[in-house]
Amino acid sequence: MEKFDKLTGVAAPMPLYNIDTDMIIPKQFLKTIKRSGLGVNLFDEMRYDDQGNEIPDFVLNKPAYRDAKIIVAGDNFGCGSSREHAPWALLDFGIRCVISTSFADIFYNNCFKNGILPIVLPQEDVDKLMDDAERGSNAVLTVDLEEQVITGPDGGTVRFDIDPWRKHCLLNGLDDIGLTLEKGAAIDSFEDQAAQARPWV
Amino acid sequence: MSGKTLYDKIWDAHLVHEAEDGTSLLYIDRHLVHEVTSPQAFEGLRMAGRTVRAPDKTIAVPDHNVPTTLDRANAATMTEDSRIQVEALDKNAKDFGIHYYPVSDVRQGIVHIVGPEQGWTLPGMTVVCGDSHTATHGAFGALAHGIGTSEVEHVLATQTLIQSKSKNMKVEITGKLSPGVTAKDITLSVIGATGTAGGTGYVIEYCGEAIRDLSMEGRMTVCNMAIEGGARAGLIAPDEKTFEYVKGRPHAPKGAQWEAAMDWWKTLYSDDDAHWDKVVTIKGEDIAPVVTWGTSPEDVLPITAAVPAADSFQGGKVGAAQRSLDYMGLKPGTPLNEIEIDTVFIGSCTNGRIEDLRAAAAILKGKKIKVKRAMVVPGSGLVRAQAEEEGLADIFTEAGFEWRLAGCSMCLAMNPDQLSPGERCAATSNRNFEGRQGRGGRTHLMSPAMAAAAAVTGKLTDVREMM
Repeated sequence: MEKFDKLTGVAAPMPLYNIDTDMIIPKQFLKTIKRSGLGVNLFDEMRYDDQGNEIPDFVLNKPAYRDAKIIVAGDNFGCGSSREHAPWALLDFGIRCVISTSFADIFYNNCFKNGILPIVLPQEDVDKLMDDAERGSNAVLTVDLEEQVITGPDGGTVRFDIDPWRKHCLLNGLDDIGLTLEKGAAIDSFEDQAAQARPWV
Repeated sequence: MSGKTLYDKIWDAHLVHEAEDGTSLLYIDRHLVHEVTSPQAFEGLRMAGRTVRAPDKTIAVPDHNVPTTLDRANAATMTEDSRIQVEALDKNAKDFGIHYYPVSDVRQGIVHIVGPEQGWTLPGMTVVCGDSHTATHGAFGALAHGIGTSEVEHVLATQTLIQSKSKNMKVEITGKLSPGVTAKDITLSVIGATGTAGGTGYVIEYCGEAIRDLSMEGRMTVCNMAIEGGARAGLIAPDEKTFEYVKGRPHAPKGAQWEAAMDWWKTLYSDDDAHWDKVVTIKGEDIAPVVTWGTSPEDVLPITAAVPAADSFQGGKVGAAQRSLDYMGLKPGTPLNEIEIDTVFIGSCTNGRIEDLRAAAAILKGKKIKVKRAMVVPGSGLVRAQAEEEGLADIFTEAGFEWRLAGCSMCLAMNPDQLSPGERCAATSNRNFEGRQGRGGRTHLMSPAMAAAAAVTGKLTDVREMM
């Protein structure tokens, strides 16, 4: 997993509520057996018409936002299906950070497994960053994970909270499985006890 | 010190390790696997030279991609990419030695229907699957939730999951339900009341007389949609109905182990003095048969209501509602029971069990459909066989329904069963998102009885008028 320390990039505004994972990556693109290559189909049904032509009004099709690295989104981003194809598609497009008032639980977890930072902020901070993001190519934000600060185009700053363990893993690009396997003895001993207590499992 | 909730008890019984900051390692008793969210996880294992730690606790079945037409044994019914995914699962199941129900097996079906049916899901267990509707298994008093593919790989390799504990929410449905009101109406009404993010950060326990009165099938329907309310999981404390359902299933404990299991299972309830972070109470008698009008499961109204105006909402929901109305092609003020339907879909992990088919067949008996197409997709091969034995299949086909083989089908349209742009569907599935059932398709969610009623009249219909 790629480390996340400091990110500077254009932020795209997507104020819509309840942007679900079917919107982020529609089901017809889940038939891949790889993790890569989904960026071209990110937000496919919002981004392209029936003939596959770009819909010019869609934010990521606008010249200013084609290289966006950050999305500022409405409430409950990532709701619905557990498909990790959603963060894979975001990452493949180049999005490394999503900012909203709230995220759906599974999507939120999936982001951290892929080096994407989801930031939860109060409504007034999201509103302010949404205003910043509306400025097109001037909508450059800098997200500093170590300091837990977002700096806007006018130099204003917004602080954010994050679970210390998740921060540590993102900053260092740590692989969860490797870390858990180091606790192998604890898992062995749990299994021994459980086999006594609940032998039917 | 206050007592424990059911969630607390299951959590404590599965805690392998807890760090100072609360990050915990939770042991997983059952890992269900399907073809769409697992290939990259198995590939990850191979690349790292890892094995599946507990293949005997890992159960796989293909369901999302598989065609549900009777000719599906013919490989040409599947697109090449779907076939590759199903074949990858065939191979992964064999290579890693996990339990497997291939497409050709009569026990194949939707993973969340197969698990309980085969007795893999038991009270007090932790159950995960790379699928958000894993919440279904909470109906047994099992802590069950969806995970992403990286977590699938983590569970395959370690049989554990890194978790932080959720908060406890109690959703109590008091009193009795009125005639024509079902488990689906309960679960949709709860989401209508709390919103799709209302459960974010919580595990919900459903309780109250109306929940106790539900069959296991109904309880699975309620818990299935806990995720649509944003909750990590939904739970219902096990009781005699649960034990009765589980007993004798192929992978349920037997003999002395059954007795030992029962001793523990009977302790699986929330203590009277347990602490709840949030409580929602709804009167059973206040719940009506409901349908969704928009593109979020929270867009729920009684069938007797009318399409709302976008400006009747507040904040960001105004824009979302307007977008929904435009997408759904609906005018505010239109009575819901005047909305004409093209297609009816009965099935899915929400409502593809035998009781759902019985409820729909009871409405359809001796009647003909007035919609362009209607299909019933049983949740498993065994549900299908039972419905045929009970004569339900004949009722469906005589009414004009297509009688399909088991799979996820039109719930998510990853297979040939899809809506066309603008096609309007009465569906018993769980998501009405834009494009969910096919690009441009318009989905109204409802109970199996309500979907059957819509099939007969050709429009959204109050099932109580047909009872």
